[in-house]
Amino acid sequence: MGICHQILPENGYVRPGYLVVGTDSHTTSHGALGAFSFGIGATEMASVWTLGRILNVQVPETIKIVVNGKLQDFVEPKDLILYIVGLLGAEGANYKVIEFHGETIRTMNTSGRLTLCNMTVEAGATSGIVPPDDETIRYLRQVAGVQDEIEMVTPDPDAQYCQEIAIDASKLVPQVACPHTVDNVKPISEVEGIKINQIVLGSCTNGRLEDLETAYNILKGKKIARGVRMLVFPASGRIYREAAKRGYLLGLMEAGAVVVNPGCGPCLGVHQGALGDGEVALSTTNRNFKGRMGNPNSEVYLCSPSVAAASALTGVITDPRKGG
Amino acid sequence: MGKVIYVLGDDISTDIIYPGRYMATVLPTETPKYVFNDIKELHQMLVENKFNPGDFIVAGKNFGCGSSREQAVSTLRGYDIKIIAKDFARIFLQNSINLGLPTYICPEIEASVGDELEIVGDKVINHTTGKEFKLIPHHKSRQAIIDAGGLIPYTRKKLLEERKQ
Repeated sequence: MGICHQILPENGYVRPGYLVVGTDSHTTSHGALGAFSFGIGATEMASVWTLGRILNVQVPETIKIVVNGKLQDFVEPKDLILYIVGLLGAEGANYKVIEFHGETIRTMNTSGRLTLCNMTVEAGATSGIVPPDDETIRYLRQVAGVQDEIEMVTPDPDAQYCQEIAIDASKLVPQVACPHTVDNVKPISEVEGIKINQIVLGSCTNGRLEDLETAYNILKGKKIARGVRMLVFPASGRIYREAAKRGYLLGLMEAGAVVVNPGCGPCLGVHQGALGDGEVALSTTNRNFKGRMGNPNSEVYLCSPSVAAASALTGVITDPRKGG
Repeated sequence: MGKVIYVLGDDISTDIIYPGRYMATVLPTETPKYVFNDIKELHQMLVENKFNPGDFIVAGKNFGCGSSREQAVSTLRGYDIKIIAKDFARIFLQNSINLGLPTYICPEIEASVGDELEIVGDKVINHTTGKEFKLIPHHKSRQAIIDAGGLIPYTRKKLLEERKQ
């Protein structure tokens, strides 16, 4: 039960060196485990099933992004990828692969890497990829229960890149993508105080256990602001059950959040949490296109779990570093 | 030859072309009803058939960005219309070719509503302004699918070839 981009990794279906296709643009997520993974359309999937192989892969160029430095407290992988999407623009990586390197990535857990790779498509990328390492093996063995041999496929030492970008993670502040494009990214100081009607925590981008824990730690024992709805949707049934066992869900509910079933939830406006006319959502999901949450007369801001939780307490966009 | 019926900007997302709230249907007979649902003028022009077969929609960069939803192509495929954009998002372009939606990549295109356009070889001629713009040819792997009439006939052909071997 849950979103394919969580179910596949957590059950060991994705391994380094695999080629993964899925009929969803956020199939880029699986690059977090060192796979080459991208979205295709439904007819193309029928063709893959028929022929047992993928056609039409135009060999992409690769952008190398090297991230060094320690993320500040309350600054998360989501802030990093929002910053990168803002930097590259909505089509800055069209037909290209984004490959992540550097100490910040090496010390990031697989959940964070999934968040990074998930949103590479928002810069147009065919795929995002993190070269597999000890953390990949840890995740596959301990979380995904993989017992057989894991083949490590890593970049050639003389690999060619079409572009290289260096980022100092220690200088990064919380980021927010403003309506109505994902690349309309601003540091939180420029959007603090904007009134929010609905907070959304979840999705294939930020519906993992660590994300729920982050929000729980900010919200436990407190109450979300009057007039604000907060919807929480874990990315999979396994995460839901684990978050329940650890008390995160109860803590979030006691703070005033509504926990819904695992799945895509309000992210794409097909059910649950569609916005009313003139309403504003602050969401940990991945897209804020006009009408995305079911109503063209509403606005969606995108942020990290920390920003979402801190803002739930105040009812306005709030910098979690200034937490009370 | 056809007229430009509408000019769109950059980064037109699949949510604009086909809003997520209509994703319950995938039927190519139904998806055209919701085409550009939230751009009322364009929506009405298409569903009320206020254009001529072979007319053009002109768009900026990154047309079709976002979701892999094929409804964003099948909805347009319901109308005899051509799309010229400065460029297309990858999945949308591949879906267009797979489903046989005529798409043209023209980075320099300049056109206004009402202009008469014609595709001649690897060029777009704007007969209203007298200007010509070069088209970027589709990648050869995509052109092969276009030539076969779409991905379904192409796959069928491939499958038959493999069975013969």
